[in-house]
Amino acid sequence: MDLISDPTVSQVARAAETVLGRAVHVTAATDISRDLAVDSLALMNIVMELEDHFDISIPIDRLSEVQTVGDLSSLIDTIRNKA
Amino acid sequence: MALLDRHAAQRDAYEAIRNSSADPFSVRFDSVISPTEGVIEGRRTILLGTNNYLGLTFDPDCIEDSVRAVRERGTGTTGSRIANGSYDGHVALEAALKDYYGREHAMVFTTGYQANLGLLSTLVGRDDHLILDADSHASIYDGARMGHAEVTRFRHNDPEDLYKRLRRLKDTPGEKLVVVEGIYSMLGDVAPLKEIVAVKKEMGAYLLVDEAHSMGVLGETGRGLAQEVGVEDDVDIVVGTFSKSLGSVGGFVVSDLPNFEVMRVVCRPYMFTASLPPAVVASTLTALRKVKDTPALRHKLHANARHLYDGLSNLGFQTGPNCSPIVAVAMPDQVSAVMMWNALLQNGVYLNLALPPATPDSRPLLRSSVSAAHSPEQIAEVLATVERVARELGVLSEPKRAAIA
Repeated sequence: MDLISDPTVSQVARAAETVLGRAVHVTAATDISRDLAVDSLALMNIVMELEDHFDISIPIDRLSEVQTVGDLSSLIDTIRNKA
Repeated sequence: MALLDRHAAQRDAYEAIRNSSADPFSVRFDSVISPTEGVIEGRRTILLGTNNYLGLTFDPDCIEDSVRAVRERGTGTTGSRIANGSYDGHVALEAALKDYYGREHAMVFTTGYQANLGLLSTLVGRDDHLILDADSHASIYDGARMGHAEVTRFRHNDPEDLYKRLRRLKDTPGEKLVVVEGIYSMLGDVAPLKEIVAVKKEMGAYLLVDEAHSMGVLGETGRGLAQEVGVEDDVDIVVGTFSKSLGSVGGFVVSDLPNFEVMRVVCRPYMFTASLPPAVVASTLTALRKVKDTPALRHKLHANARHLYDGLSNLGFQTGPNCSPIVAVAMPDQVSAVMMWNALLQNGVYLNLALPPATPDSRPLLRSSVSAAHSPEQIAEVLATVERVARELGVLSEPKRAAIA
């Protein structure tokens, strides 16, 4: 499966662009902190954008398990599938 | 990889600042001679970044009572209250706080940071929810992280956004605890507490208000924002600190929640740390009485805040959204913020340099806090120095010529 075309991954990219105010190019393997230079505060703000887009709640205590865009996208998919 | 290599990015950023300026994170005072004046490298310096809102650190009665306590009770308690017992002062201070706030329960912590750490990790647990204002203080985030509740943020000072996030959680089990601050420490902006209370009531959540920067500052008798806007009955838990308006150190909580006293045996940041020393407790008790009985201090504080806020706004600086004793101006970038901060220090004005990510919207800030103890002459001197330095550095453009009528 081409992860770049995964709709959740694309949405993470869009949320990151909104928060960071610059274009970002990501794949599921992109490391959020290292490759995107995103600090913990920016990550929480990206999560807020994603909560609003998907109308879900993404508890920030779950972010400790998130390192890559793929991790974040699977967390979102898990939460959405539970809802 | 060496032990501290994981902090390499922060170390490099810190070194870059230190190489270009005095170290903003370890300013050393030769002496502090009053609530508003200190000496740095031999220069008399106006203190404008101390959170000493009512100037009580040098109040003669507070000092006298503190000295008497240290002579009579010793320098420290050398242990925690659950292991080593309470001193009469701890009990008296909690009684005074209960009386002042008109609440059933009060608990004193060794710092304000520990109060938040203890409360947020203990009031809620697994399957409960903490809903935090996005601009919350680090102690609130750290307390949330230490506990087991699920943590959600809402957009800063936005009751509609809070409503939306509570709605998403409506069908999930567990209690919901909303956490806000009275006055936010970076920009001095005030929470829309009436509206937040309305949302909290509609959605069936609990509400904790951290009045660290608003106690002694807002409200007829200084109880904070909840008193100022008349919603104290709808605030379930009030947290505060002794290290700002009360001029010492320590934290507290007051509440009417049933069974609150169980906190003393489940709240680890209360249980496993040494209790406040007698001298601190004594000055805090006296300061608390002064906060309640001396509204003139608050009036003076607000006049000084207005003087500085209007002065900086009129110079063309971008100030916070409302006037409060915390007056911050946004700087265009880190280089100019560091340069300006240094130049002010060299010219006898000490305030705080606040850099992202500790600031909202990732903007560097020059943050000042006004005291009731500042004289109008000191505020005027600060404004003159800021204007001169900012023009010399090109942070402010040349003054606009007065419009011709």
